[in-house]
Parts: sequence; structure tokens; C-alpha cells
Amino acid sequence: MYLVLFFIFGGLCVAGALNLLLQRHPINSALSLIVVMSSLAVLYLLLGAEFLAAAQVIVYAGAIMVLFTFVIMLLNAGKEERTHGSKAAYIVGFPGAAALFALLAFIFLQNSGHLGQVRLGEYLVTTGDLSRVLFKNLLLPFEVTSVLILIAILGAVALARKEH
Amino acid sequence: MDVSIWIFLLLSVLKIAVVTVILLTAVAYTVLLERKVVGRIQNRWGPSRVGPFGLLQPLADGLKLFLKEDLMPTSVYKPLFIISPIIALSCALMSIAVVPFGAEVRYHGVDLFQIADLNIGLLIILGITSIGVYGIALSGWSSNNKYSLLGSLRASAQLISYELALGLSLVGVVLRAGSLRLRDIVDVQSTHGLLSWNFFGGLQFVAFFVYLMAAYAETNRAPFDLPEAESELTAGYHTEYSSMKFAMFFMAEYANMITVGCVATLLFFGGWSSPFGNLFPAVGGVVVQALLPVFWFVAKVFFFLFLYIWVRGTLPRFRYDQLMGFGWKFLMPVAIANIIFTSLWLGLRAP
Repeated sequence: MYLVLFFIFGGLCVAGALNLLLQRHPINSALSLIVVMSSLAVLYLLLGAEFLAAAQVIVYAGAIMVLFTFVIMLLNAGKEERTHGSKAAYIVGFPGAAALFALLAFIFLQNSGHLGQVRLGEYLVTTGDLSRVLFKNLLLPFEVTSVLILIAILGAVALARKEH
Repeated sequence: MDVSIWIFLLLSVLKIAVVTVILLTAVAYTVLLERKVVGRIQNRWGPSRVGPFGLLQPLADGLKLFLKEDLMPTSVYKPLFIISPIIALSCALMSIAVVPFGAEVRYHGVDLFQIADLNIGLLIILGITSIGVYGIALSGWSSNNKYSLLGSLRASAQLISYELALGLSLVGVVLRAGSLRLRDIVDVQSTHGLLSWNFFGGLQFVAFFVYLMAAYAETNRAPFDLPEAESELTAGYHTEYSSMKFAMFFMAEYANMITVGCVATLLFFGGWSSPFGNLFPAVGGVVVQALLPVFWFVAKVFFFLFLYIWVRGTLPRFRYDQLMGFGWKFLMPVAIANIIFTSLWLGLRAP
């Protein structure tokens, strides 16, 4: 049951990601990104992270991607032209991506013994558990991160403000 | 497989079917109620010819919308034009799945008055409504029409802005209940009847008014109906839609209203709990005791639907800059202040 769901949504996630790259219209790409994020939320849910799944849908799929589509609609961006790409992309890009993939795979496989495993649908991290960790054990990093975000907001406001 | 799993599946499917049919009927009759009540507010009768008191009017309207020609304008972007009413309606209908209609009554291990009892029920409702924005946003863009685009741009901006105030206004309630599960939130309010409802005893009346105003904006209802302001934008985001596609937007709007009514009832007015608490002795058999909470729930939701219509018939529409200023500069600070005061109050009372 869990495995079937995992394959459905994992497949949907990969298909959405490929569609995101292959589509020529920005709005279709943005919509594929929403599909990717929503299926990621289901994968989180399968791993028992219910709050994270809900936050993923509300924040990423619901708020940030609305802003993306909003900007695309506002700019009325048309279809992208297909170009042959620069030479640098062919020479450095593809080997670089392949090397990065190989490196990550190597590290994961080497350390798979230390990482431990979890079966799908085995654990359920409730919101209470999560908040206890966030607000007790990790209080300082959490607060520092929120201050960082506040600074970023203030910076954005300062940059966007017009001089009179 | 086990027999009990089949019973569970059968009962669940049955539950979903029944709730969907009731919800769609409720949507149809909310439209009639709106036309009737707004008619009385404007000193006219409203629909009165089809059936007794015009009670069959929704049936006639539905038939008419089915039989109308489904126009497909030539320059629309077809995939999105077709899918956006579906997104809007399916999101509007989905969120009812986590709403509990009555006290927990189990039959063969299946909860009869709720489709899905989730730990994060409240967040699920917020998530589904936030996805529903795409229905409106994409319909306006794919219509390839200035009025539609303006309508959907307004809608997206308005929904993003008011979602913050909406989410923050619910935090006080969640703090008091200590849970995101809707049944837990109602259980906290059901001890002393009216006095322990979040609106009265929970001191969440500020949060309630913030929630109500933000929710009116979220559902694009008057006085926040700028995305479909007739006098400025013809019909806003659904200008190019006809027949059933238009009907889907229409149904989505009313289904969202019902969801907002349900959430307001659950979070602030004690859900299915009686306003008298345990003042009166329990009368009747098991069936009466099971159905009485459902009656209270429906009555409260009906009150909220009536309030929606009442507000629509009374208040004029906001100007766009007023709308944004109201959302960001008034509702959000008030919601944050409410969170601070609620947590201080709960912290002081905590042992």
C-alpha cells in the first residue's frame, strides 16, 4: 500500500521535474513545479512528517508558486525560443553534472551504513513532537534563522523603496 | 483480505458519496437562499415561480446550465482554460472531507460523521484552499482577455495577502486547544456549552472577527469581491466561461462559503456541541443523541451562510488600495497581537 503510493508519487515527482525542463512555456513549467512540490509533500507524509507535508503544500505550492505564476502572468511572458546553447554548457555542464551525480551517489552509498533506514509509514512525527524539538532543543538556531529572515525582509524593503 | 477492510472501504465510499451529494444540494440551496434574502433586503421577492416559494429554482437553474452551449473562445490557452474550473471546484469540495459534523459515533470502526479524522485537519483545510487559488489565477490568464487577467491578478494578490491574516487568526485557537485536530479543538469547547466556546469563554472574539473578514476576502465575497467586480471588470476571471464551466466556478464559490462556515463553527462556536452544555437532561434514544449534535452544527453553519448573504446585501465594495491596506496594515497586526495576548494569558494560567 505505502510502496504503491510511493511509486505513484515518486513517478509523478520525476515526471513533473522533467516536464518542468522540457516545457517551452514558463507557465507550464511553473505548474509542473507545483506538481513536483505537491508530490514531494505526499512523500514526506509517507515518511511520517505530517506537519512538514502540510507546510510544504501551504508555503511552497500554495504561496510561493502563486507568486511565481503571478509574476509570469503580470509580465505576460511568451514562449521561450529554443537555442542551441553555448559551447561552455556542452563542454563543462554535462560532465560537471555527471560528476556531481557520481560524487553524491558515491558518498551516499559509502555512508549508507551510518545513515540508517526507515520503512515507509512506520513512524509518525506529530506536530507536538516536532515543536518540542524546535522550541526546546534547537531554540537558538531556530530564533537565529527567524532573525536572519527578518533581516532579509528589511533588506528587500530597503532596496525596493524609492527615494523621494 | 479481511472482511472488515471491505466493510471499512464500502462505508467510506458511501460516506463520501452521501457528503458530496449533501454538499452539492446545500450549494444549490445556498444560491436560492442568497437570491431570496438579497431580494428581501432590496425589497423584492426573489425567485418565487418555480415550485412552492421558488424551492425548485435550483433544479431549473442546474438544468439550464447543463443544456447551455459550452462556448470555447478561439484564442484561449485550451489545456489551462479547461482544467482551471476543475481545480477550483475539486479544491472547494475536497476540504469538507476533514470536517466533523457530529460527535464521534462509530459503526464497525468507521466514524459516521466525519470522512477523515486527521491530526493536521486544520492545516489540510488551509493547504487545500491555498491550492484552490490556482483555479482562479489560471482561468484569468488562460482566457486571454484583459478583464479576466485583471480579475485573476487581483484575486491572486488578494488571496495571498489575506491568507496570512487568516492563518495567524487561527493560531490563538490552536494554542488554546494544543492540537490541530478538529475534534480536539471542538472537545476543548464542549464542556460548559456557550461559555466555553472559543468566541465567548476562550476570549478569541478578536481572532473570530479577523478570521471572518479574511475568510470573506478568501472566498471573493462582498465586500471583497474585487476579482469579479461587475462594474469594473465585466465578470472578472470567469468572463469567458459559459455553461458547466461557469457553473463549476459558481459552485466552487458557494462550496468555499460552506467550508468557511464549517471552519468558523468548529473553531469559534463549539462545532457540534450544544449551546446549553449539559443543562438539559439527555432525552430520546441513541439515534436522537447522535443526530442532535448534527442539528446544532447545521444550525450554526446556516447562521454563517445567512451572515455571508446579509453582509453582501449591506456593505459596498472596497477600493483596491483600501483592500490591500486593510489586509496588511490592520488585520495582520491585530492577528499578531491576538497571538501574543493569547499566549500570555495561557502562559499565566498554566500551572
